Amino acid sequence: MVQYNFKKITVVPAGKDFIDIILSRTQRQTPTVVHKGYAISRLRQFYMRKVKYTQQNFHEKLSTIIDEFPRLDDIHPFYGDLLHVLYNKDHYKLALGQINTARNLIGKISKDYVKLLKYGDSLYRCKTLKVAALGRMCTVIKRVSPSLAYLEQVRQHMARLPSIDPNTRTILICGYPNVGKSSFINKITRADVDVQPYAFTTKSLFVGHTDYKYLRYQVIDTPGILDRPFEDRNIIEMCSITALAHLRAAILFFLDISGSCGYSIAQQAALFHSIKSLFMNKPLIIICNKTDLQPFENLSEEDMKLVMEMKAEAMKTVIGQGGEAIDEEGVLLKMSALIEDGVIAVKNAACERLLNQRVELKMKSKKINDCLNRFHVAMPKPRDDKERPAFIPEAVLEARAKEAAEKEKRKLEKDLEDENGGAGVYSASLKKHYILANEEWKEDIMPEILDGHNVYDFVDPDILQRLEELEQEEGLRQEEEADDVDMDGEELTPEEKEALAEIRRKKSFLIQQHRIKKSTAESRPTVPRKFDKDKKFTTERMGRQLSALGLDPSLAIERARGRSLSRKGRKRERSLARGGSDGDDAMDMDVDQPSSKKLRMRSRSRSRSRSRPPGEVVPGQGFKDSAQKVKAIKLVRKSQKVRNKDARRGDADRTIPTLKPKHLFSGKRSLGKTSRR
Amino acid sequence: MRLEKCWFCSSTIYPGHGIQFVRNDAKIFRFCRSKCHKNFKMKRNPRKVKWTKAYRRLHGKDMTQDATFEFERKRNRPERYDRNVAENTLKAIKKIDKIRVDREARHHKERMRHKKSKEQKEAARELEQGISLVKAPAVLQQEPSLTLTKVKVKVSAGEDETRQMEE
Repeated sequence: MVQYNFKKITVVPAGKDFIDIILSRTQRQTPTVVHKGYAISRLRQFYMRKVKYTQQNFHEKLSTIIDEFPRLDDIHPFYGDLLHVLYNKDHYKLALGQINTARNLIGKISKDYVKLLKYGDSLYRCKTLKVAALGRMCTVIKRVSPSLAYLEQVRQHMARLPSIDPNTRTILICGYPNVGKSSFINKITRADVDVQPYAFTTKSLFVGHTDYKYLRYQVIDTPGILDRPFEDRNIIEMCSITALAHLRAAILFFLDISGSCGYSIAQQAALFHSIKSLFMNKPLIIICNKTDLQPFENLSEEDMKLVMEMKAEAMKTVIGQGGEAIDEEGVLLKMSALIEDGVIAVKNAACERLLNQRVELKMKSKKINDCLNRFHVAMPKPRDDKERPAFIPEAVLEARAKEAAEKEKRKLEKDLEDENGGAGVYSASLKKHYILANEEWKEDIMPEILDGHNVYDFVDPDILQRLEELEQEEGLRQEEEADDVDMDGEELTPEEKEALAEIRRKKSFLIQQHRIKKSTAESRPTVPRKFDKDKKFTTERMGRQLSALGLDPSLAIERARGRSLSRKGRKRERSLARGGSDGDDAMDMDVDQPSSKKLRMRSRSRSRSRSRPPGEVVPGQGFKDSAQKVKAIKLVRKSQKVRNKDARRGDADRTIPTLKPKHLFSGKRSLGKTSRR
Repeated sequence: MRLEKCWFCSSTIYPGHGIQFVRNDAKIFRFCRSKCHKNFKMKRNPRKVKWTKAYRRLHGKDMTQDATFEFERKRNRPERYDRNVAENTLKAIKKIDKIRVDREARHHKERMRHKKSKEQKEAARELEQGISLVKAPAVLQQEPSLTLTKVKVKVSAGEDETRQMEE
């Protein structure tokens, strides 16, 4: 039996789903294989088991439904009435009743068919019996499915009802729609109720909790009530009426004195009087809300009269409870929920009144006496008339006084910060409380680094003294140094220096050449000297080098030129001419001619093709002059240039290398990826 | 803010430069740049790496002990601020620096004292040995002085123009 928590009711499945669930469970949980060759008892047993299993499941599930749903008579009348208001007691009871009959019917079906199965004589007959049994059970459920759907709806709605404890301290808020009940509850509790300008924003009860004097109070917000005859009220209003009727709570009747809810004070007063029967035996407080829009003092005469009437009624209830006549403040309160003026006062008043009433009731009831008998507050009997107040030593009193004064007097850093522009603008001076020899030094900025040194490493009170010593030492050393004379040894003469420079240059050149040769040695072919492409081996060069060494190169040049193949003719001429001229000095002219003739006749090695000098123009060849012929010869030579094949690759050296060797471009690796080859 | 010394090369590390490495035994190694850091990671001994101060000090290239080094000592206890002391310190630092630089120069000079004579001897020797590269032996016999001879060579004009000087 559930107290007031309807959240734990199991889900009620719909008709079809229900059937599916049960049947599939039967299918899964019972043995499925059967052959007609089995013994008949085994066959019967097999099918009986299925029927019974299905019935049991149905029974189980339906029982849980019936048990879990609350019985309206067994629960607190507040909930009973509330459920009746919401779901209609009769409909509810009928639905549950139908479930119950379904359960019984299924039981009966199962019993009958099991009896029949006992006498089934073949597999086919047993099977058909089982099919029939299960079919009938399912039909029963199908017939009941609207009830199941209804119950599921009820369950879902019930689960969302606010969990109101009917027995604890409760404050109930009621009044016309839009008077400010939800705003009030939002202010005093953590409930977040919707507040909107249209009527009936709150459609059901809402609960919030608030504390007062270390006790927890429930505050219930109700939907607004209109002034109508009882029979015409809709479900929403009936909720509030139910709450009012059954909960033993302090009632706050809200009155909108500004009329902004759309109803005048007269209408609200009329409502009050029509439901005042519900306020029997409950502490009632009338709250005039929305004083920000219409101050209480400015009410019109009639309105004031109505309000006073209501107050009188409320007072009656107070006196009716048997307590002392509470002053008017406890019955009629003014507040404004919007500007939060008087909200706390209202809460306190309501809580106080409720507490008092509950305590009174408890005191009156029989139960409390049992408790009271167990208490006994012992007061010591006064020995004599001497007064003995509490003793606080003087020092403590003084200290307390001083502390209080100091706290007020002392200016905090935070206050200073606020004065000077706040957190971003003002930064506290950390150096304020420094203890230094001289107060002026507080704001000094000392450099930390100077010329690549940390200043703190040098700080020393007697640094100057040490520095002086150091300087003295330095002075002495400098004097010693001045005495030292630098000796100058043997210097080389400028010519010798020149020679040395030349030597060094030559050496570095040799080394450089060697390095170049070394690095290209393997890829450079060894070319014999006669094929020097760069024309490095010339007599000019030789002449220069020899002269650099200091030798006279002319002889060597001549000899070299004489031996060269390209100058064969000239060399011979010259040498013979020289020889001739040296021998016959006297007969110059005569000697010359015969000598040339002789030359021509004597030299046999000269071929006929070389009888003329190269540039000589022979008439009939078609050249203008010698220069033209020379140019022509040059052109011929250029076009017929013989390829200098000195050590370069020829046709015979052609090879086709393997550009993609197979072992590098194919194959798997035993370890790693082959994304790079 | 402190200027630290690089563990490898002993140069000063200014703020915003270098890397600090803290080993598991809580010893801190500071490096001025990645060169030093990488050398450290290679486990090179700074005493063997020529360009570091450690090597230079060890091998006597730079001044090791001196009174000027005594002034700069890391103090762990902070001193109470005194304006006069601070002023004096700042002035003193400059002077100490100057003296230190002078002393280092003197040390260097001391080291290089015999350089000149050594060089001269070496040059004379090289000249004597290598004179054969620039002076033919025949010429040397006639003129025994270790200098170059200037030879005037008659070279015909025509052939000169066609040939070019080649190195």
